[in-house]
Amino acid sequence: MIKLKFFYIFFFILFLLNPSNAKEPSELINELVNEASIILSSSDPVESKIIRLNNIAELNVDIDGIGMYTLGSYRKTLNDDQKIKYRKLFKSYFLKSFSSRLVDYSDPKISVVSEKKINEKYTIVSTLLEETSKNPEVKIDWRIYTKNPERPLIRDLIVEGLSLARTQKEEFKSIMQNNGEDINYLFKSLEEFIIK
Amino acid sequence: MKKILKLFIISVIFNVLTLNVFAGSGGTIEINSKSNNQNTEVKDCFETINRGVFAFNQGLDKIFFKPVAKGYRYLPKPIRSGTSNALNNLSNVVTIPNNLLQGQFKEAGINTLRFSINSTLGIAGIFDVASYYGLNKLDKEDYGQTLGTWGVKEGCYFVLPVLGPTTVRDTMGSLVNFGGGDAWYNVTIANDTKYFENSDYYYSRLTAGVDFRAKNLEAFDSLEKNSMDLYASVRSLYLQDRKRKILNSSETTETMNDDDWEEIDTQ
Repeated sequence: MIKLKFFYIFFFILFLLNPSNAKEPSELINELVNEASIILSSSDPVESKIIRLNNIAELNVDIDGIGMYTLGSYRKTLNDDQKIKYRKLFKSYFLKSFSSRLVDYSDPKISVVSEKKINEKYTIVSTLLEETSKNPEVKIDWRIYTKNPERPLIRDLIVEGLSLARTQKEEFKSIMQNNGEDINYLFKSLEEFIIK
Repeated sequence: MKKILKLFIISVIFNVLTLNVFAGSGGTIEINSKSNNQNTEVKDCFETINRGVFAFNQGLDKIFFKPVAKGYRYLPKPIRSGTSNALNNLSNVVTIPNNLLQGQFKEAGINTLRFSINSTLGIAGIFDVASYYGLNKLDKEDYGQTLGTWGVKEGCYFVLPVLGPTTVRDTMGSLVNFGGGDAWYNVTIANDTKYFENSDYYYSRLTAGVDFRAKNLEAFDSLEKNSMDLYASVRSLYLQDRKRKILNSSETTETMNDDDWEEIDTQ
């Protein structure tokens, strides 16, 4: 019985170490886009779509990492309590913003064009959002965090060369600069956005 | 006086076209440069005033440009495509000299061929016949971008009434158009030709502004809905967009600085 137990553990470890378990960044985007497409084209009520989209985001997006990036140099000045509060507020802010941007699309058609590995930690996946009767074709690049190849995570969306994370970071910086560098004003702004 | 008014109207319309981005304290924004991949800071001069002007521009957009753009959307797609094609074709008269000034001789050749084919076979550019022959559309270039590629720094970022966001360098670039750098301006306004009226220029610029706004209705709405500080978001987007255009690169890996990302470790 013990032998059998070791046998299973051995194979389990082998399975974890097997590089074939690594998920390709393009695969992640394809899966994500397909899932989002199913949700967005369904006849579910908007609230239900938002919950399902948020679940996808929590699984596939490095919300914590984006939050820290967005905070810029201020992340080094926060104490532990402020960090905990910021992480919580940022997550709610991010999910609200994420679902609100997506829910306006009824059935986005996105196709993967190419992927380019920058280094061990990052790969850029290039995609195209198909032209519709209302909107022109849009080029979207996804910055994928691949430090753990088995669980690649999205860190940024670069739409026609414009980074959403950078835009968000400069927005947060502006709020801080215009309010005496007081983190409480940023918390207040985040809270107002969440309950809006 | 009439001439000054004329120039003002032209520059207003011209800026509506660069409204890709609408809309500055002593605030600064980080923009990295390709040469050394280091962050440089763009000064947002007179931010308090700039924010006021930005709010005014937003109001103007709500009461004029947005409703007109919404109405434009109701036109049949072939009409909108034809209009967009014709305006794109016309922009070649500024893009081609800037291709040459930036040393992009191949691009200048392609754009010249595209302009010739589309202006004739494509009936004043309404049909993009050149793409059918394999001459695909290239990025637009302007004098502000050329100054950027020559190493001229942005200078202050500021917001002009109606005209929207700009920098000292981009404003200098815009002025070149009115000093003979835009052939379309030269044949419609600067010189008294028999073939074109002044109004042709104004209509073409205004239509280009409406066409651009119509293509980006949802994107602007989404930005407005999801920003805590819309002014700062627009400023960031404008400067990122200009930087990307000056680098003439669509490669994210060339236009984005990874330094800050490298510090974030969550796995």
